[in-house]
Amino acid sequence: MTAKQLSIRHLVGLEGVPASDIELLLDTAESFREILERPIKKVPTLTGITVVNFFYEPSTRTRLSFEMAEKRLSADIINFSTTTSSVKKGETLKDTIRNIEAMKIDMVVIRHSHAGAADYLTRCTDAVILNAGDGCHEHPTQGLLDLLTMRQHTNKPFKGLRVLMVGDMRHSRVIRSDLWGLKTLGASVAVCGPPSLMPAGVDAFGIDVYDDLDEALEGADVVNVMRIQLERQEGGLIPSLREYNRTFGITRERLKGTKKDLVIMHPGPINRGVEIDTDVADGERSVILRQVTNGVAVRMASLVMLAPQHEVQT
Amino acid sequence: MADILIKGGRVIDPSQNLDKVTDVSVRQGRVEALAKVGAGAHANFRTVIDAAGSVVCPGLIDMHVHLREPGFEHKETVATGSRAAAAGGFTGIACMPNTSPSIDDAATVKLILEKASDVKFNVWPIAAVSHGREGKALTEMAELVDMGSVGFSDDGNPVLDSLLMRTALEYSKMLGVPVIQHAEDPVLTAQGSMHEGRASAILGVMSMPGIAEDVIVARDILIAEYTGGHLHIAHLSTAASLELVRQAKKRGVHVTCEVTPHHLTLSDEDVRASGLDPNWKMSPPLRSKDDIKALRKGLKDGTIDLIATDHAPHHLDDKDTTFEDAAFGIVGLETALGVIMTELVEPGVIDIPAAISLMSTNAADVFNLEAGTLKPGSEANITIFDPQQEWTVDPGEFRSKSINTPWTGCTMKGKTTEVVVQGRLYR
Repeated sequence: MTAKQLSIRHLVGLEGVPASDIELLLDTAESFREILERPIKKVPTLTGITVVNFFYEPSTRTRLSFEMAEKRLSADIINFSTTTSSVKKGETLKDTIRNIEAMKIDMVVIRHSHAGAADYLTRCTDAVILNAGDGCHEHPTQGLLDLLTMRQHTNKPFKGLRVLMVGDMRHSRVIRSDLWGLKTLGASVAVCGPPSLMPAGVDAFGIDVYDDLDEALEGADVVNVMRIQLERQEGGLIPSLREYNRTFGITRERLKGTKKDLVIMHPGPINRGVEIDTDVADGERSVILRQVTNGVAVRMASLVMLAPQHEVQT
Repeated sequence: MADILIKGGRVIDPSQNLDKVTDVSVRQGRVEALAKVGAGAHANFRTVIDAAGSVVCPGLIDMHVHLREPGFEHKETVATGSRAAAAGGFTGIACMPNTSPSIDDAATVKLILEKASDVKFNVWPIAAVSHGREGKALTEMAELVDMGSVGFSDDGNPVLDSLLMRTALEYSKMLGVPVIQHAEDPVLTAQGSMHEGRASAILGVMSMPGIAEDVIVARDILIAEYTGGHLHIAHLSTAASLELVRQAKKRGVHVTCEVTPHHLTLSDEDVRASGLDPNWKMSPPLRSKDDIKALRKGLKDGTIDLIATDHAPHHLDDKDTTFEDAAFGIVGLETALGVIMTELVEPGVIDIPAAISLMSTNAADVFNLEAGTLKPGSEANITIFDPQQEWTVDPGEFRSKSINTPWTGCTMKGKTTEVVVQGRLYR
């Protein structure tokens, strides 16, 4: 019996994470997925491990999902968010984390509006850092849950799988995490959206970029529809939500002519009638709620595999 | 005043087209002669410096320094900034008005000059274009020049209002000093922290496109051309802005520009490689490798008038945070000569005389300063540096109050050994 371990110490992003680590996390998540189907959905794996959920930016589902995962694993949990912390009184991020660390903690789940915040924390504390979204940079557990969902719901290996992501890539940490994971596993990645929502320098990713949705959908095995972040559209980067729906919205009409087994995904929360229509979101090709379940499993796997001095016996 | 003899150095003075091994004698605070002094006459000098193997040149000048006084004395003061400058080989510096209060009236200019006089250093205040650097009402430019201001800038902020820029360029014509523009369209850079390109795309860091600089440079060149005023572009950083200046100069527009050592040597890829270290964050941001290539060409063909550091000291508290949260700016006074010698002279991009022109003589020409020369009779402001001496950047040894540098631990070739300021050895 050998103990498999990750090569990474923190989960800051999926860029540069080797395929063996990603596969180990997905395999482990798969086994936790089974636990979630049991009548008693709790294991003692992280008993005695203290996890801080450190949320500097509003989040509902990611936070709930992490908290659920931590509870299922019997970890001790501290929740911390800007509204209840001293951050508003001017304490620095570093001071805050070091104060919490002084209370003896093991792991930190961080959500922050600045790109690089999770990586910065790895230099401020000895605790294990799990990035729950840093600005427009990465959201690695979302990336992992998307990968797990694709693995479960497509009948193809990642090598050769064609994944299209539609939406605001400029501001999307989900697209960045998904594409790094997918590329590492050999999938072919494309992105589609209005040029004003593509980052300058998008060619750096080595993916196909489209501004014609019909063309982009051709031959896709998976379409992952990104939320139009209403709070990010104040700068007027698109004329209106109505026009967005008309040009880039995933509608039943739009899906005519796509592959019969096309899988439809969305990281949520959905703006119905904007980036995706209700009949598609709730339709037979949609696996959106499976993603949510997988989110808990993936976060359990990440917590367990990264927990200090922990080894998973296989 | 102690008389000084600087023996046997390679004396390079672009203001006199001079490059030869000789002695420099200083009497009564002034350069007396550039000629061999026999051993028998050494006793006539209080101090004799052996400069064999070193370069002796007009004191280096940095036209873009933030001294932070008044208002931010925890970051830097006139005294500490002057000591940092001298350590880096500079004998004169111009200080920017983004202080608190800003340098926008006679009393504040006088305060700076008094503080400089206390430490016997050459400090040229640059006063604000507008009251409080708010971009609204013009400052009393004539009085400010009388008091000792050598130029005008709202640096840190751009002069955005086209009419204000027009008026400033027109009004300052009669004063013979430039309007210095921090060229940045803030709408295009809103919330940005680094250059917009492949690195920012991957990092997901909010970005500052090169065009934010270019559109302001283009506009201001047109206004300068129309008014006949003297426009000086601060810390020019893009290939496109450089080309705009090059073409404008060809048309005879009175436009000059400066670049920083960091924009000549570091790129947005280095920001990424640093792991988003806030010591790689400044405005304008580190640009692309193509921009660096273009700027180096501009150094050689004379489009770039001078090198200035944009020395921007910040307290550790302003830098020890996430990249996107951290303050803009890096210190530069104590690393500039080393960086230019190591990254530009050593690989042969420019030679030592060109480096001295860019770091001394040209600044004196552009800003009409009584400095940047070793002509006999001129006040003795002299830099002596060893072009071969290797040293490692250790911010712990900085004279500056701040240590926000991207060059920590780097090995440099070329180090200042002595500076003479206002006729005195400045140690």
